[in-house]
Amino acid sequence: MSDSRAVLEAPDIHRALTRIAHEILERTKGAGDVVLLGIPTRGATLARRLGERIERFEGVKTPVGSIDITMYRDDLRSGPARPLGRTELPPDGIDGRVVVLVDDVLYSGRSVRAALDALNDLGRPAAVQLATLVDRGHRELPIRADYVGKNLPTAKSEKVKVYLEEIDGRDAVLLMKGGAA
Amino acid sequence: MNRHLISAGDLAKDDALLILDTAEELARVSERSIKKLPTLRGRTVVNLFFEDSTRTRISFEAAAKRLSADVINFSAKGSSVSKGESLKDTALTLEAMGADAVVIRHSASGAPYRLATWVHGSVVNAGDGTHEHPTQALLDAFSMRRRLGSLEGRKVTIVGDVLHSRVARSNVLLLHTLGAEVTLVAPPTLLPVSVGAWPCEVSYDLDAVLPKSDAVMMLRVQKERMNAAYFPSEREYSRRYGLDRDRFAKLPDDAIVMHPGPMNRGMEIAAEVADSARSTIVEQVANGVTIRMAVLYLLLGGETA
Repeated sequence: MSDSRAVLEAPDIHRALTRIAHEILERTKGAGDVVLLGIPTRGATLARRLGERIERFEGVKTPVGSIDITMYRDDLRSGPARPLGRTELPPDGIDGRVVVLVDDVLYSGRSVRAALDALNDLGRPAAVQLATLVDRGHRELPIRADYVGKNLPTAKSEKVKVYLEEIDGRDAVLLMKGGAA
Repeated sequence: MNRHLISAGDLAKDDALLILDTAEELARVSERSIKKLPTLRGRTVVNLFFEDSTRTRISFEAAAKRLSADVINFSAKGSSVSKGESLKDTALTLEAMGADAVVIRHSASGAPYRLATWVHGSVVNAGDGTHEHPTQALLDAFSMRRRLGSLEGRKVTIVGDVLHSRVARSNVLLLHTLGAEVTLVAPPTLLPVSVGAWPCEVSYDLDAVLPKSDAVMMLRVQKERMNAAYFPSEREYSRRYGLDRDRFAKLPDDAIVMHPGPMNRGMEIAAEVADSARSTIVEQVANGVTIRMAVLYLLLGGETA
């Protein structure tokens, strides 16, 4: 595909996640209260990877789960009903914990808004933070990420696609020019 | 997916699996402290019940409310229907009230199909005459899949009054779609003439079929529909077609026992079989709410036509 280029390759993604894991440890003073919740599908995979890294660096076992936002989306009526993803909370729940939401791409901010609503029905965290592998800008809501793998200036007509080993067989972030599928 | 759910036979394999997979995720909502999702906020679901059915109605009502839909219950007793209003006029009334979905239970086979030609919203068949009851079949398939895993190649035996059973017909159609092999067991008088055209086997000998079954579904003997001499006596029926302790012992060790309820203990199913760990009868009720949430979400959750 001539109209798409890789903006992050596998080693870049690994380094970015390693840095984010360190930043989470630093900002939460050892990640003792942290629960990592990924937004399916790729956010959930990234949350697991961050959890592994945090455990490797400091020996803390961080609870990891996933939070499906489908039923909370604001664009459900613009298309046929979507299949649901998995919501899986750690056994101890999220009450009083610092929840770090993990997503692959931060764009309009609407997914995060939906995740915050979903979180509201699941418990009452002490604080909520946001980690994203790619921040491509063009926010439509007052939402920002606490941890960013890469800030990627994009045009609205472009598309950002994240590939992850566990799901797609390889690690890469591609930027596709407008009009490309 | 179609806009309506009228027959289990209308569901392609992909549709059926999508409903079951959606229900699998929604089952987790029932375990949370806040059992509510905002998805169908502003949508109206009308429960239009021309026949008494408390359990199906409250199951649909709970499902709609957990998805934040507004629910209007309309039962024929004491309503305009008892004053002689036709189905069509009732339908047009509901339409004028802005119903996004109508869940209909009617004593006449085919009533939901007619209703679907008159209203703009989705129509969900909650049982029509002796014809179909697709959400019951879906919740049965869901209950089986949770206990047995995939239904592909599984042997399901349905026993009892197939003639008057909308549950049996819907189950045969859906289970066939999902790749299970269905055997109907009943006295010849309680099988419909058309059964030869159904995608299933027929047997009159329960004892021969039981050892090869992964799931046995006992149908209720519907005394209210027993207006002719379908069998000599209840005792004889129970002896030949009832699931008692001895017959239960003939089932493979991991086989499950199902019943759509309400059951006649001691008639088609012995009390100790109904209460055994391999009986899914109580699970089926909980799964009923979940599967109906999945159906309402998939019919109403997206854009409206």
